Parts: sequence; C-alpha cells; structure tokens
Amino acid sequence: MAVIEVKNLEKTYYNDSVATPALRDMSFTINKGEFVAIMGPSGSGKSTLLHILGFLDRHTNGEYRFEGRTIDEYSKKEIARVRNKKMGFVFQAFNLLPRTTVFENVKLPLLYSDVKKSRRDELTFKAIESVGLSHRINYESSQLSGGEKQRVAIARALVNKPNIIFADEPTGNLDSKSGQMIMEFIQKLNEEDGHTIVLITHETYTAEHAQRIIQMFDGEIKSDIKVNHRHKARDYFEK
Amino acid sequence: MTFNDSFITAIGGLKTNKSRSALTILGIVIGICAIILVMSTGKSAEDLILNQIRGLGSQTIFVDPGKEPQGPSDFGEIFTDSLNQKDIDALLKPSNVQGLKDLTPVVMQVMPVTFESEKIRTNIIGASDLIATIFDIFPNEGAFFTDDDIRQKASVAVIGSEVKKKLFGPSDALGEKIKVKGRTFRVVGVLQPKGQVSLFNVDDMIVVPYTTAQQYLIGINYFNEIIIQAESEDIVPRVVRDVKLTLRETHGIDDPDKDDFYITTQADAVERVQTIMSILSILLVSVTAISLIVGGIGIMNIMLVSVSERTHEIGLRKALGATEDDIMTQFLLEAMVLTALGGIIGIVLGALFSFLASLILSKIITFGWIFTFPVIAALLGFGVATLVGLVFGLYPARQASLKSPMEALRYE
Repeated sequence: MAVIEVKNLEKTYYNDSVATPALRDMSFTINKGEFVAIMGPSGSGKSTLLHILGFLDRHTNGEYRFEGRTIDEYSKKEIARVRNKKMGFVFQAFNLLPRTTVFENVKLPLLYSDVKKSRRDELTFKAIESVGLSHRINYESSQLSGGEKQRVAIARALVNKPNIIFADEPTGNLDSKSGQMIMEFIQKLNEEDGHTIVLITHETYTAEHAQRIIQMFDGEIKSDIKVNHRHKARDYFEK
Repeated sequence: MTFNDSFITAIGGLKTNKSRSALTILGIVIGICAIILVMSTGKSAEDLILNQIRGLGSQTIFVDPGKEPQGPSDFGEIFTDSLNQKDIDALLKPSNVQGLKDLTPVVMQVMPVTFESEKIRTNIIGASDLIATIFDIFPNEGAFFTDDDIRQKASVAVIGSEVKKKLFGPSDALGEKIKVKGRTFRVVGVLQPKGQVSLFNVDDMIVVPYTTAQQYLIGINYFNEIIIQAESEDIVPRVVRDVKLTLRETHGIDDPDKDDFYITTQADAVERVQTIMSILSILLVSVTAISLIVGGIGIMNIMLVSVSERTHEIGLRKALGATEDDIMTQFLLEAMVLTALGGIIGIVLGALFSFLASLILSKIITFGWIFTFPVIAALLGFGVATLVGLVFGLYPARQASLKSPMEALRYE
C-alpha cells in the first residue's frame, strides 16, 4: 500500500519575482514498511522535498498524496493532526527544547494529541526505554551527548506511534560511532516495528542502510534504485 | 492541547527567562500598585469625611443664605445678608416649624487673638449656647456661656483645646482675659478635644455669643448660617418643608425659584461628598491607568522579542503537531500569566503602601483616619492586569501562531 505518492511534483521559490526552481518533475511512490533514503549533494533539493512530504511546506505544481489524500484536502487543524499522529520527525540539529528534561521533550507530541493524560507518562517511559535512555530520563537536554540527544529525538518521533518517520540527516552532527548507533535504531524501527522510513542524507554509506535510494541532483531524480548490499548497522559494532 | 497543558507550557516558557519576566512586569506592578493606593486612600478619605458629617447627627439641617451654589462662579452668593433675627424668631415658633429641637444662628470669621505676648489667628464662631448640644461639644473646664450672655452681648468666650494650648500652654485658661480684634473677652470654658465636626475644627476655634460677634467683632446684622436640629431623623423632610415655607413667608417670596436661602441636610451632604470623591477617584485612577498602557506596551515589546527568539521552538512545536491555536494560546497565556502576576504583586504592594500611608496620615491628621482596603479595587486591579496581558499579548501571540513551521525550523 502506498503511503506516499508523488506525481510530477514541482517546487519553485519566488523571491522579488525571480523564480528559483527547487524541485522539478519528481515522481515516485513509497510503500508502507519501506525504508527509503533520499540522497544528493547539498542544494539538490532533498530537504525541500522532505519538508513537502512532511506537510511542513507546500509544493507549487504537480501532486502529492499522503495516504491517498493531497495536502489541499486537509484543513490546517487536520494537517497539524497528521504531523502529530502519523508522522515523526528526526532532525540533524536534534531540535530538543532547551532547559527541558528528556522526559518532557519526549512527551511533547503527546501534549498536542488526544492521548489520555493517564496514558501519556506510560507512553513516554516506553519510548525512552526503547532508545535505551531510561537512566537519563531527568537529565536536561544540554547535559546529553550528541548521540543521546538524537536518541531522545527518535524517542520523541516514536512516542505517538507514527506511520512514517522522516529523518533529515540524523547522523550529520554526530561522530561515526554515535551515527552508527542512530542508524541501528532507525533500521530496527523499520525492520522490527514496521515503521516506514524516509531518510535524507548526502553520504552514500549512510544511504546504503536503506532498502532503496532515490538519488537527487539539482532538484531532479537522477536514479531510484534498490540497494543490493545493505549495510547492517549492528554489524559495525560486531566488527 | 488542554488549557491545563497550555498553562503549564506557558509557565515553563516564563521560567526560562526569570529576570526578564520580572523586569517586564515592573510596569504592571507599578500601575496596579498606584491604582490600589489611590483607591484605598481615596476610600479612607471618603470614610473620614463621611464619618465627620455623620458625626453631626443625621437630624441636622443647615440653612444658608443666597442661592445654592451651582459652580465656582456662584460662590459669591454665599455672602448675602438674607438671614437675620426675624427669621430666627419665626422659625422658633412651633406653629411655623413643628419638631424643631434646637436652633443656632452662626456668624464666623477668622480673626487675630492675643493673650499677653501670644498671638494667633483662629476661627471666631458666633453662635448660641445650643451649638453645644447640636455639635455635641462640651467644655471639660468651666461652662458654656448662657442665654443671658447672648441677650447682654457679653464678652465671654469658650475656646477650643488647640487654642488653649497655643495661648496658655500648660497653665490655666479659665477666667483669663484674651483680646479678640482688640476687644477683651473672658474665657469661661475650654472645649474637649473633638477634631473636625462638619466644616468646623472644634479644637481650633473660639465660640462667643452670636450677638456679641455680630455687633462688636464683625459689624453685621445678618447670619452666615442657621443650624437646626430636628427632633428625629424621620421628620427631617417635614422640618425642611416647614423651614422653607416659613422663610419664604418672612422674606415675602412666592416663587420657589427666587429663594434667597438654601437648605442642606446631612443626607445631601453625604451624597455630595460621595459624588465628589467618586469623581476624584475615577479621575486619579484614569491617570494611573496610563501607566498600565505603558506597562502593556512593554509587555508587547518583550513578547515580540520572545516570539522571534523562540521561532525555532515554535517551528518544532508545529512540526510535532501543535495547531495555530495551540501556539496562540501558549503565548497569550504567557502574557496573561505575566501581567496577572504583576497585578497580584501590585495589589500586595499597593495594600502595603496604603497601609504605610494611613499610618503616616493618622499621625499627621490625628483624628479618625482609618486604613481601608477596598476588595473591589483588588479585584479590579487583578482583572485589569490580566486584561492588559490579553490585549497586548494578542498581537505577539498571533505573530507566533502564523509562523510557518519550515521557516521556523530553518531559523537559527
């Protein structure tokens, strides 16, 4: 079943009547349970694409359907709900709230959801446990290492049990060991928990953890291939 | 997001910037503090004046010459000569006015008074001995002058406690000779300290027979005022009516519009004071309210800074599922919690300052200043402060809610 259907998608930025095309004639489909990497050099439009896919921005032409519906079919409130319930975001810069504990950070999406108050703490604990940070639960985000911060961000993306997780250069700010650990979590989410994952990266090595790589260049799809020899993040640690 | 969650989130936002939050609300604190101070001291002043008026007894009626002053330009009307002995005689006839208990004519003027080398200026009140029962003032040394003294235009005086202190110090005053406007008077009584009664400061005045004052001191044959006491409060309206009819008859007036006298009762006086005090309060409160506007603009300014500083946070919250309303509520609540807090602090400080002011004022004025803290002022202060937060927080909160999540996330 297709979670994401993109047909002839275009995005053009207009600045003082100068049109700058960022995405051109993109078409692809991502099915439920897939792990897709969108790869390309910086400026290739991959972040723009992710923002459009994540309902954080709107495209200018073409069609984008999320679970069969286009963004125009949703009201502002419904868009917020979709982001809250069906999508999880992991950013390169972690984007944790400063001076706020791990627990409060992970709980944040639940505050904007209809999850009953009594269930919120329990779900938060579970999400933190799943990224192995139970011992850091009352730490403030500034007291954590980069890898730990990103694990908090993953827990936050998971807490509302989304259908799809968008990860924008999740290892970009991390050393290779922490980066591998994050990739291990992401692979686990896909393989064991069945989450659909869209990963953005400019590194071939990171992209090769996915099942499929969409290569972008100057706002266009250069290739869309299946990965034959996937890296298993777990192997990295066993070496 | 429930209101409770929004509230907790708002508090969290404020806590991260404690000193800035504190400085921001200073304007509100000062504004509310000023309002409480004005309302509290205003209420105390009103109570003080009303107590003095009521202290005269609610059955007291004042008859003044001239037309009732409608404004400052009518002030001259007070100094007319329409009330005289003929009126007194007519009013005292039970067939004219029923239920009249006591009556005294009054003449008054500020004059120099000397005893040996001591010289002061004080109020000389010419009245009958009945002023003692009407004002409830009695000598604690000596006695009041008598009806005979009035008839004989005797040069005798009853002096207030303050006058006694100034002229005689600790030594005895009874039987001593004082000079008023060059004429020698014998002190026959010293009044108990009593403070203000109506417009008269009983402690700082000298009472002499009105006949003496008229002839030898002021040189007039009319009265400045007639004070009447009815037998009871209930019959005051009837006595007022009788007094009016009698005076119109003696003055030969047919048309009530041409009355050359006017009557004030205690109820009128109370009402008038209340009107004046509430106008004064409203005026002062409006002036202090300007500081609240200034404070509100400060709040708006800081909230705008806060919104732009936290663009990133707003973007993140939106990405995680916050609606525009959620963001709006969060920032609006932050502004309102800030100003409400400022309001509470302002109320507490205002009450404290009013209390200190009442301590000082009761030392200066010595009589009857009582600290009052109107609950309505506190409620009003809190309400207004919160409203300021709502009004001046609206624009920044709206700005916050309209931020595009992508732009906001990109913002560093």
